[in-house]
Amino acid sequence: MAYLELQGLQKSFGDVMALRGVDLSVARGEFLTLLGPSGCGKTTALRIVAGFESPDGGRVMLDGHDITTVTPSRRDMGMVFQAYSLFPNMTAEQNVEFGLRIRRRPSAERARRVGELFDLIGLPDARKRYPHQLSGGQQQRLALARALAIEPRVLLLDEPLSALDARVRVQLREEIRRIQTNLGITTLYVTHDQEEAMSISDRVVVMSRGRIEQIGSPADIYGSPTTPFVAEFVGTINWFEAQVLDGGEGAVDYSGTRLRVDAVRGRAPGQRVVVVVRPEVLELERSNGEQRPTGAISGRVISHSFLGAVTRLKISVEEGAALIADVGSVRAGAFPIGAQVVARFAPDAARVLNLPPG
Amino acid sequence: MGAVTRGRAPAWLVLLAGSLYFFIPLLGTFEFSLRYLRGKYSLEAYRIVLADPRFGATVTYSAILAVATIVMGVVLVVPTAYWIRLRLPRLRPVVEFITLLPLVIPAIVIVFGYLRIYNSTSVLPLTGSEHTTDLLLMFGYVTLALPYMYRAVDTGLRAINVHTLTEAAQSLGGGWSTILLRVILPNVRTAVLSGAFLTFAIVIGEFTMASLLDRPAFGPYLQLIGANRAYEPAALAIISFAITWACMGLLQIFVRGTPGQMAGTH
Repeated sequence: MAYLELQGLQKSFGDVMALRGVDLSVARGEFLTLLGPSGCGKTTALRIVAGFESPDGGRVMLDGHDITTVTPSRRDMGMVFQAYSLFPNMTAEQNVEFGLRIRRRPSAERARRVGELFDLIGLPDARKRYPHQLSGGQQQRLALARALAIEPRVLLLDEPLSALDARVRVQLREEIRRIQTNLGITTLYVTHDQEEAMSISDRVVVMSRGRIEQIGSPADIYGSPTTPFVAEFVGTINWFEAQVLDGGEGAVDYSGTRLRVDAVRGRAPGQRVVVVVRPEVLELERSNGEQRPTGAISGRVISHSFLGAVTRLKISVEEGAALIADVGSVRAGAFPIGAQVVARFAPDAARVLNLPPG
Repeated sequence: MGAVTRGRAPAWLVLLAGSLYFFIPLLGTFEFSLRYLRGKYSLEAYRIVLADPRFGATVTYSAILAVATIVMGVVLVVPTAYWIRLRLPRLRPVVEFITLLPLVIPAIVIVFGYLRIYNSTSVLPLTGSEHTTDLLLMFGYVTLALPYMYRAVDTGLRAINVHTLTEAAQSLGGGWSTILLRVILPNVRTAVLSGAFLTFAIVIGEFTMASLLDRPAFGPYLQLIGANRAYEPAALAIISFAITWACMGLLQIFVRGTPGQMAGTH
């Protein structure tokens, strides 16, 4: 049963529609991430859940109760913000204690809880320091402790790592996930960073222009995108238009080349579809460029990008299009710039999307 | 090195000229205040001024009124400036214009307006008794100090992330009074103190309103002594400066070494 539910949420700011009917269910203890580009509505959705914005339409349900009109201070939701939000006039300890003091918890309980949280975030020596005496990463850890201190019903995180450098970001996101798993707290996380979303979430919600494009596990979102937007936004993708040749065998025609694609099975011959292939599933071979290959796409290597373990090759194919293929960096030398190559993929490695309307 | 020294010379000259502009009249006044006894320097003028019971009474009266003005100003300005920043940013130019009005409308016009509206035959006869007249004078001083207090507080609010701090406090269960008193006010304390001491300086020396409302403030006392005595006004001027500088010194003591506003914001 859903613990937190967003039902038909709509919100506009002037002429801009930020949310166009968002429906979402979050299970108790789940870590769910709203992922999307700037302006997709993910932060607006989070702020509506927090109570900082009122929806124009729709409801927010928490544990079966409608909390749409409940003020933020009465929702019992801990929030970590993108900007550093610690109270500058208070020590780290006082910041963490703030919510407990408001709830008039006894001092012994406050002291115990604060001690636990400082141990949990790994900053036991920072209790007497002021926010300006802490690094960005420490400040966000502290903000997390402060949000957790009140034992919130839902933990909300609004791009909490975006102001940090790459190394701290990776370290801290792992800590956030560890703490969330230990506490089993229902968490709604907002980010525009797909790697971040994929690495820490139970489920990811990809949003675009105020709508949900796809909801699924990180593996589903990456491996089986259901819309062109998701396919393009999450990871690097090759996608090309093709025509179904044989819906029984699973074959398409792409610029006169017959390609095996299991995902078109059951589709009517002649139907136009978008075939989606990840760069890492493409297998490259050198060719002499004279013969048209069977079941593969031919092209010429036009650039190399070294990414560490893999090298990303850009391959110019027919009709001015290009393919991206990842090959192990130790093998990249076999495909120098200018080399003629053929690219193949396993029939079950490609996904198929319907052509977007228009 | 020499080039650097030569490059700084104009700046030093300007500083020197500015210092002379301020200190020569002050030194002249101080020197004059010491000439009460013919043929030798003495502190006689200061002794006479300090011995005058009206001095203590008027300074005390004005100081109490200044404190009341500061309290009223803070109560009025901090929530207003905070709310304008948080929820009504479009109204900011309007409020700024209103707060600037006391600079362009002379105090005498304001006080005559008060006398017409709040005289003893009006619906709200604030000039009907001494205490209510004191209240009216305090409100008048709040108006006079508004440009300084509002600007100081607004500048302080600009230096902190009002929206995020407010939302953080709200998500932790804080109501509006908690947010204002425990989160916003402590983080604009420096700015509030600046406005408070400017207010103090204004109220201590104010003459027009206190005189026309016939209240025993320090400003009218200064004027009275200035019109009737030779050396005591100079001594009083120096004492006034000392009071103002003491206020500035207090500001430095309060602000120094305290965590908060600037240091804690990013």
